Amino acid sequence: MDDLIFIVAITLKSSPAVLLASLGELISERGGILNLGVEGMMLVGALAGFVTARQSASLALGLCGAMAAAGLLALLHAFLCVHLRADQVISGLAVTILGTGLSSFLGRPFIGQTGLHFSSIGGTWIDGLPLIGPLLAQQNLFGLLCLAAVPALMYLLGRTWLGLYIRAAGQDPAAADAAGVPVAAIRYGCTLFGGCMAGLAGAYLSLAYTPGWKEGMTGGQGWIAIAMVIFATWHPLRALLGALLFGLLNALQFYFQATGIELIPAYILHMLPYLLTVGVLVLVTVLEKPVLGSVPGALGKPFSREE
Amino acid sequence: MGMRFKISRRQNPRRLHSGLVLLAAVGLSLVICALLLEQQGKPSLRGLMLLFQGAFGSGWALQDSLIKAVPIFLCSLGVAIAFRLQIWNIGAEGQYALGALGASWVALHFPDLPWFVLQPAMLVAATVCGGLWGLLPAVLKLRMRANEIIITLMLNYIAIFLLDYLVYGPWKDPSSFGFPMTRMFSQNAVVAKIGAGDLHWGILLCLVIGMLVWIFLGFTRLGYEIRACGENVQAARYARMPYAALVLLVMAASGALAGWAGFLEASASLNRLEPSIMAGYGYTAIVVAWLARLNPLFIGLAAFLLAGLRVGVEQLQLELQIPASFGQIMEGLILMTVLGGSFFVTYQIRLLKKE
Repeated sequence: MDDLIFIVAITLKSSPAVLLASLGELISERGGILNLGVEGMMLVGALAGFVTARQSASLALGLCGAMAAAGLLALLHAFLCVHLRADQVISGLAVTILGTGLSSFLGRPFIGQTGLHFSSIGGTWIDGLPLIGPLLAQQNLFGLLCLAAVPALMYLLGRTWLGLYIRAAGQDPAAADAAGVPVAAIRYGCTLFGGCMAGLAGAYLSLAYTPGWKEGMTGGQGWIAIAMVIFATWHPLRALLGALLFGLLNALQFYFQATGIELIPAYILHMLPYLLTVGVLVLVTVLEKPVLGSVPGALGKPFSREE
Repeated sequence: MGMRFKISRRQNPRRLHSGLVLLAAVGLSLVICALLLEQQGKPSLRGLMLLFQGAFGSGWALQDSLIKAVPIFLCSLGVAIAFRLQIWNIGAEGQYALGALGASWVALHFPDLPWFVLQPAMLVAATVCGGLWGLLPAVLKLRMRANEIIITLMLNYIAIFLLDYLVYGPWKDPSSFGFPMTRMFSQNAVVAKIGAGDLHWGILLCLVIGMLVWIFLGFTRLGYEIRACGENVQAARYARMPYAALVLLVMAASGALAGWAGFLEASASLNRLEPSIMAGYGYTAIVVAWLARLNPLFIGLAAFLLAGLRVGVEQLQLELQIPASFGQIMEGLILMTVLGGSFFVTYQIRLLKKE
């Protein structure tokens, strides 16, 4: 029983970064812009979040800093893709290269420094709750709040005019434009939102999950988040499922390490999240034949009235 | 207020014009880099000068840049073949690792074979390992419609863990004082140097394969089909071009070329396998391929320039204590500005005067 609680608790704790990043990417792609810069934006967000929180002694400002820094990179990507009609794959890769370089260049003085971080909510009345008490005790406020983004985005996409505009801009921008949807503005907004979410995802790592700044601390979670959007077939609820799956693998890794059970060699365990991502992409076509039907129709294609 | 723009596709883009845009783009990224150096309290002009001198300023520097250009060139050539077909192979890094693994396995297990048997065997092993690592995402793409960008990237991480596992575990040199590295390769497994300098015969391999790929892409039926399919899959399928076979071909070739880079790096540069072999050449290769517009001849030039950037940054590190990631920032910026600049090559903007 204790083992189970341990695994579930770690699962919950290690999934928010992938969840936030994939929700952001999901909105960006629903609007028609493929953003392969998530990994770079997460790294920049992780550094900016950590440094801002440390200098300002405020976690809230730290989160704002993370969103602002990653959001700037996202605006750059949006400018290249929307106005300059650049290839979105190359632009995204450029953002990742730039973001990785910038975070490692500017972050060097902060390696190994301690700063503020979100502490777990345990040690209060929460511990006493039956069953979920010990589970919640290990979580932090930031991670739990992330879960609220799932219903919020489901509502936004499914029930509001803005959601309709977003889906239209990603599905058929020409028709949307004819109907009066400001396609360019929507696409900017979606990309910016995706960037801010990636920034928050990075900040979750540097302010809550493994407090502090470490070079390349995302370890490919940005790419995994992009894969999870495909796994989720562009639906927020299934993005949550994907993120939890990622978290579970992480938890199992910790569990095997903590208990010393060598069921699987440690190196294979490290590979598991990446193997899982490959598996998940394969699985999604096996389980669900018409998966391509849910790809936003104009994903990755620039739109302009003249052409 | 009444300013309006009209954006239209240029009818005949001119060479000179695109050259100027390229210069402006690179200039802009240099200015941004200089500002970044100033912000860090480093002398920016001297920094850029040192960078240039470190890369191309002396015979030694040129030679270093040329040696570093070898793996970048081979990876980039592979990436470019795939990109021609609009197959986004981001996995050169992993395919390079697998090539190095394959070659090292042969080198460590058959150290006493004569060099003219051993080295070709290493090359074959690198080809097979790198090629298979490239084929895997191609098969998954064709059979399962799995996105090749994500799969190749994930395979990069998996390949690096595999390499780590081997050099920290079964392949570790017992006399390395715990350092993660294999035994030194036997002399027969090391690609020889040309004359007295540091340049190795791998350079010749690059020249030959570069020419072959250039001929293959530009002057053969298959090369033409790859380009045609890349530009319009629907039309090409309609013309009965074998799209699936082409995907398998380009990914296998792509992986094999990256694998060769891994073989040369392990054999000629390091003389063993160790984690430092993963220097991000596979990612730089993507930048190079794109900057060179997927043209094998330009890839040679771009690979040399970006290799020079890496060598120059090492100089900066020594003289001004500027971290190596500065080079990565420059790579990202150059890619980004050139990408943005290509808009001004393809389109023209006219100001419409208000009546």
